[in-house]
Order: sequence, then structure tokens, then C-alpha cells
Amino acid sequence: MSDNPPIVWYRRNKKDEPALEKRSIPAGVFTKCPMCREALLTGEVHKNLDVCTSCGHHFAMATRDRVASIMDKGSLIEHDAHVESIDPLGFRDSKKYSDRLKSTRKTSGEVEALIAVAGRIENIAVEAGFFVFEFMGGSMGSVVGEKITRLFERALERRVPALIFASSGGARMQEGILSLMQMAKTSAAIARLREARVPILSILLHPTTGGVAASFSMLGDLHIAEPKALIGFAGPRVIQNTIHQNLPPGFQRSEFLLTHGFVDIIVPRKELKATIALALRWMGTPAVTTRN
Amino acid sequence: MPPRKEKAKEAPVLDFERPVVELERKIDDLKQRTRLSGEIRREIENLETRARELQQHIFSSLTPWQKVQLARHPGRPYTLDYVSRIITDFTELHGDRRFADDAAMIGGIGFFEGIPVLCLGQQKGRTIKEKLARNVGMAKPEGYRKAMRLMDMAARFGKPIICMLDTPGAFPGIDAEERGQAEAVAKNLEIMAGLPVPIIAAVIGEGGSGGALAIGVADRILMLEYSVYSVITPEGCASILFRSDARKAEAAAAMKMTAPDLARLGIIDEIVPEAPGGAHRNFDLTARNLAAALRRHLADLLPLPPSLLKDLRYQKYRRMGAFVEAGGLAS
Repeated sequence: MSDNPPIVWYRRNKKDEPALEKRSIPAGVFTKCPMCREALLTGEVHKNLDVCTSCGHHFAMATRDRVASIMDKGSLIEHDAHVESIDPLGFRDSKKYSDRLKSTRKTSGEVEALIAVAGRIENIAVEAGFFVFEFMGGSMGSVVGEKITRLFERALERRVPALIFASSGGARMQEGILSLMQMAKTSAAIARLREARVPILSILLHPTTGGVAASFSMLGDLHIAEPKALIGFAGPRVIQNTIHQNLPPGFQRSEFLLTHGFVDIIVPRKELKATIALALRWMGTPAVTTRN
Repeated sequence: MPPRKEKAKEAPVLDFERPVVELERKIDDLKQRTRLSGEIRREIENLETRARELQQHIFSSLTPWQKVQLARHPGRPYTLDYVSRIITDFTELHGDRRFADDAAMIGGIGFFEGIPVLCLGQQKGRTIKEKLARNVGMAKPEGYRKAMRLMDMAARFGKPIICMLDTPGAFPGIDAEERGQAEAVAKNLEIMAGLPVPIIAAVIGEGGSGGALAIGVADRILMLEYSVYSVITPEGCASILFRSDARKAEAAAAMKMTAPDLARLGIIDEIVPEAPGGAHRNFDLTARNLAAALRRHLADLLPLPPSLLKDLRYQKYRRMGAFVEAGGLAS
């Protein structure tokens, strides 16, 4: 910046959306859209599934709201809610991992970074997992890996589709190698689902990277992404630090993955439930069973 | 003194190796410059004992970071160094039949003590030119897809698979992302979980995260004594969690990434001893130790029917993880 920055009279749509890196859940009375810069009534945005009423920008969405937006009302049974992390390595960075877990539980109101439910989507029985990005960046440690594996195993046993709504920075470093092995564990469970021809739907939300991208999230029968979600193996900063080049605009966004053949379809949030239901109907999932 | 390899002699010396190496240089000097009288011979013997003891002393209390340095030692044997010593008639095969051949990942057929096997591994380079060509052992999607293609072939012909893990990680680059690095890694995890043939994975140097795991889903997981295996590099962990690259040694310790750590966590099946002073000091001896371990585990696995093999493999990974259930049930 020079000493005399030019006066900005009017500003709109910046070229390369910096606001996408940190997408926050709308809060307060007014919310300013980082894309179109419109001042929006937060209540209106919430009613619109946290999508900008002016330009369609997708804000982050609280995971419980996400669950409610997808699953049929009154159909939910939450599973494995009390599988809890321990601190197997005695890990400590700026604070002890065990303390970090405690404080994150308080601030997020969740026990871990994944909510596993059995329920229905337009009356079709499913087993679904929702990553809680609010909980340590949705990182996958032993608990998340275990809950996903159990979810896949339940789906196999009940022969109902398995859905994962991914939003995660990747493996949880605080659990070291145990986190890495969750990639293998969950992918092994996917292998069994595939063999049994149980539908696997991977819904890729902003952001899905690292070990969560490089395992079950990329192993769906279908990959459905929200618009402009960041999806990739390595984070953009890691890539930039490795190759010392500027990254092309739109790099690792949903649209980029679709162009390169790794995402089947990009679906705006408001149409997500209907699209999932359509795919499930096409796959020939049996209608509601008596078991749920 | 155990015989030392030509290459190892030229390789840079790590700080904590220096006292031993300097002592050995003195011994070499003595041996060369003097006509060996009985007194000098005795002196040499004394010095040699001293060097051995010093090495033992230093290596008995290595820090995790020092082990990381050994795992990355420029003189350390790489995949092809082991392959040439323990696989006969090794024939390298190339390409993923989709896009390219990735020199960071090698794969080929050969015989391990008479048994036909598929051998896979990341290959780092030793010279600057080779390092460039092999991308320092950081495979791209085509590397993982080549591995998958060859593993699929091994499965169809009922041949066991030996994988050697040695990579800083899967390559983080624009082209790798364009071609689906995450999907390539993920697919290998799924496919390996269901292969109907024995798989043994040996971490021979750096087990770098998903890039290593992508050829590491196995019935037996071995680690060389001074190899490391982790979810992220110590540098990566330090810069994210400790907000400073400089704290990599601390991160290496915190992540519990050495072979004894992984044995304690129940992830690996065996630690393969290296030559005294590290694998780079004696390629042959370390390769013999690795062969001995492979022989034992193959003998265990070869009689198992495919369905049991797959089931046991599933259970092996199924058990990995540490958590509690409400009510205090630990797992």
C-alpha cells in the first residue's frame, strides 16, 4: 500500500474471491455478503438456507441446520453420539489436545466433528454423516473415522444408501498416525459397500481437503458439490509454498473439479435435497423399511 | 568394521554422526599411513571398539527428529537398492495406461526367493538430475494409478505384493490436483483393502502421509528401525500447529512418528533392524534383515485363502483408532 491509497467510491465483485477462504455463518442483525457486498438481513439469509438473497453466494451453514435442511422432519435417529476422542499421543501444541477438545465441545456444542444419523430423505431411508466444520475444522481423527465406518457398516447391513456431507480440512494432526489410518479404515468399509452395490453419495461442501478428500469423499458413486466449494488433496497454501507459482483463478473449486472430471454435478444448496432424492430414486433404493 | 558402501562414504554426515565418522577417518588414516606395528594394530583395535561403542551410545538415545534426519539421509538406501538385493530378475513395468509413466513410483515383477511377486515403491533420486526426474519420490496421480494397475494384475494372477514406502508425500502441485490426486490416493485405499492376494508394506525411509498410505494398505506393515511414518511432515505440522517451521523437532516428537511409537500404537507388525549406525552404513546387511522379515510374513500369509485374507485385513484396519464410548468403555 502506498501512503495515499486511492479513494474507493464504489466497489463490487472482486475478481478472485478472497472471502471464500473463510466462509462464516451469518450472525448479527445484518450480514454483509462478501461477494456482492450487499447488506442483508441475517434472518432472511437464514431463511434462505444461508444463501445470499441477492447474488446466491453460499455462506457457511451450521451443521445442525444442514441436517435439518436435508433429512425429513421427524425421521432422525442420531448414532454414536457418545463416541468421544481421547488423547492417545499426549499431544500438546499451544494447548493440550485434551483441553482443546473440551473447549471446542463448549464453543461448538458438539461432541465431535461428525454427526451420524439414520433417517429419511423424501421418504427414502438412508444412513448419513455430516461433518461439523465448526469442530476443529471438521478434522478426522479416530472418532470421526470410527463413526463413518460404523455408518457404512450399518448401511451395508440395512442395504440403505450411505451419504457423507464432507466439510473438513483433513486428518487431525493431534492424533498422528491414528488419524492417517482412518483413511484406510473408512475406504475399506467403502469397498464392502461397493461390492454389495449399496449406493454411496459423496456431497462435497466447502472446504473438503486432505485426508478426507483423499479417502471416502472421492469414492462415491456420485460426487455432488455445492457451488465454489474448495475441494482438493493439498491445500492451496501448501501448493503455493511448494511450487512457488500463482495458482490459476478458480483453482480447486467445484467448477474446476467438474471440468477436470472429478465432480458429477454442482448443485445449489436449495436444490440439494431434491437432487439427492432423485439420484436415490434412480438407483432404486427400496422405500422406507420397517426398521426405521 | 562391517563393509561400507562406496556411496555411503560420500554422503553428507549428520551432526550426530560426526563423532563416529571422524573417529573412523582417524582409523582409516592410521591404517593407510603407517606400517602396522603390533602397538599400532592394538591402537586401531581400541579405536575401533571405541567407535562402535560411541555409535551404540549415540544411536541408543536418538531423538525423534534425529530419526527423521536418518529416514531422509541422502545416503540411505532407496527402494531400488533393496529391490536389486532381494528381488531376482526384477523387471520394471511402466505407465498407468491413462496418462503417463511416473518415475517417482516404480513397479515391476520379479521373484522373492523363488516366489513370483509384484514389487512397488516410491523412488527418490540420488543425483540432482535423478531427483528432478523422480520428483524426490513424490508421486502424482499417474504414479498411484500405475501402482493400482499393477496391483490389479497381481491380483488376477494370484501373486503377492511387496510395497516399499519412501516419500515425503503425494506431490502437491497444480497438475496433480488437475488429474485428481485425492481420487487417485483414495481409489488405491479402496482397491488395496479388497485385493485377494497377500500384501506386505515396508516403510523403508519416510512414510509421508496419504502419499505413502496409498501403497500401504497391507496385511503386514513393517518399518525399518530408523524410518518414520506420519500424518503430515514435521515441518507441515510445525507451521500449522506451532506456527513456526523452526519447531519441527518438537512437532516430530509430538506426532509419535518413529517405528517404536507406531509399534506401541499397534499400527505396525514389526520393526526391522538396520545396520549399526543406520541403513546407509550397510545396504547389504539392512537388505538381508528386510528379506528375513518378508520371508517370515509371506510364509504366514501365502497359505491363507483369499476370503480369509481380505477379512483379516479388514479387521486389522477396523481396530485402528483410539476413543471412548459413553460409560467409559475404552477401545
